[in-house]
Amino acid sequence: MISTPKSTAFSWTYLIAALVSLIGLGDAIYLTVQHITGASLRCTIISGCSEVLSSPYAQVGPVPLAALGAAAYFVVFSLAILAAFTYPLVKLLLKILLCLMFLTTLWLLYLQAFVIHHFCQYCLLSAAVTTALTLIVFLSSLRKKTV
Amino acid sequence: MKRSIPFLIIAIVLVVALGVMWKMSSSSRQSNGPQPVAMPSPGSLPSGATPAHVRGNANAPVTLEEFADFQCPSCGAYYAELKKMEADFGDKLRVIYRENPLYPNHQYSIIAAQAAEAAGLQGEDKFWAMHDKLFENQSTWAEAKDKDAAVAMFVEYAKQVGLNPDQFMRELNGEAVAARIFQDGKRSHAMGVQSTPSFFVNGKEATGESWKPEGLRKMINDALNAQ
Repeated sequence: MISTPKSTAFSWTYLIAALVSLIGLGDAIYLTVQHITGASLRCTIISGCSEVLSSPYAQVGPVPLAALGAAAYFVVFSLAILAAFTYPLVKLLLKILLCLMFLTTLWLLYLQAFVIHHFCQYCLLSAAVTTALTLIVFLSSLRKKTV
Repeated sequence: MKRSIPFLIIAIVLVVALGVMWKMSSSSRQSNGPQPVAMPSPGSLPSGATPAHVRGNANAPVTLEEFADFQCPSCGAYYAELKKMEADFGDKLRVIYRENPLYPNHQYSIIAAQAAEAAGLQGEDKFWAMHDKLFENQSTWAEAKDKDAAVAMFVEYAKQVGLNPDQFMRELNGEAVAARIFQDGKRSHAMGVQSTPSFFVNGKEATGESWKPEGLRKMINDALNAQ
């Protein structure tokens, strides 16, 4: 159960995190739709989209990995918005989720670099978004502790 | 009131996200129900390479035009499905293959297209033999260490399908081959092909659910029923 806001204060840091997560959400939705329709994507910046997105790592069981990513970004967005309105507890949940996402990102980067030997620009965008979110949330916490 | 603002924002984003997903995949709904069968008007689109590579009954009531890239994994995966469809629909279906190499995404896609077209210059049946060879061995030559190694494999395939290897090598980088790929590319661009493989059934693009094998079969059946 989400508890009520502590005060009327507003956290711009978490609002920025929420906005950044929307980039990841859009990217993941695009990849999910492409996965469902099954077309071989045209990479516009680097090559390797087809190889990565048609690899067995692109889905977890019957579920496209991109769909899980979209769900994760939506939860991050929701938690960040609640955190922006200073709902307690959600910040901890957000940090736990971001840790999991960041570790998953590192694993996916490893797969692209050393197993599939190709990179997909949409996956790299997602990796950048997750990294940015992790930095925003954790650096903001560190800064508050040192103040 | 203030406490509900974040939940309102979350709800709005959820609705927008679902709406975007629905919009992006809405083209799949075109496959539900009988389709009006549209034939491309001859004057409005580039014809592509002529004569086109056609397999099946030349007078078949349904034409399936495929735009593909020999190195694209989805095209390779679809290859076996198309073979089954050709066998199942028999004389009712003719298949046209158009070159749509996604270079530089697929580094050997152009040279593979050239190999197929060079084979075609020694006979239409040779084109299809090379076409089959390329798809059946896609995972092998796609991993070639460089272009020369890929070409060496193509020459081997050329010998296996009964081509004159010297003529094959001469024509591989020739103008006739380049012109055919260019002409198919112009048609692909004009028809708005964005990814491979792309299919058009009697001129109507198969998108969303229709793109999948079962959807494509249904689209072909609908086109047959509309005759």
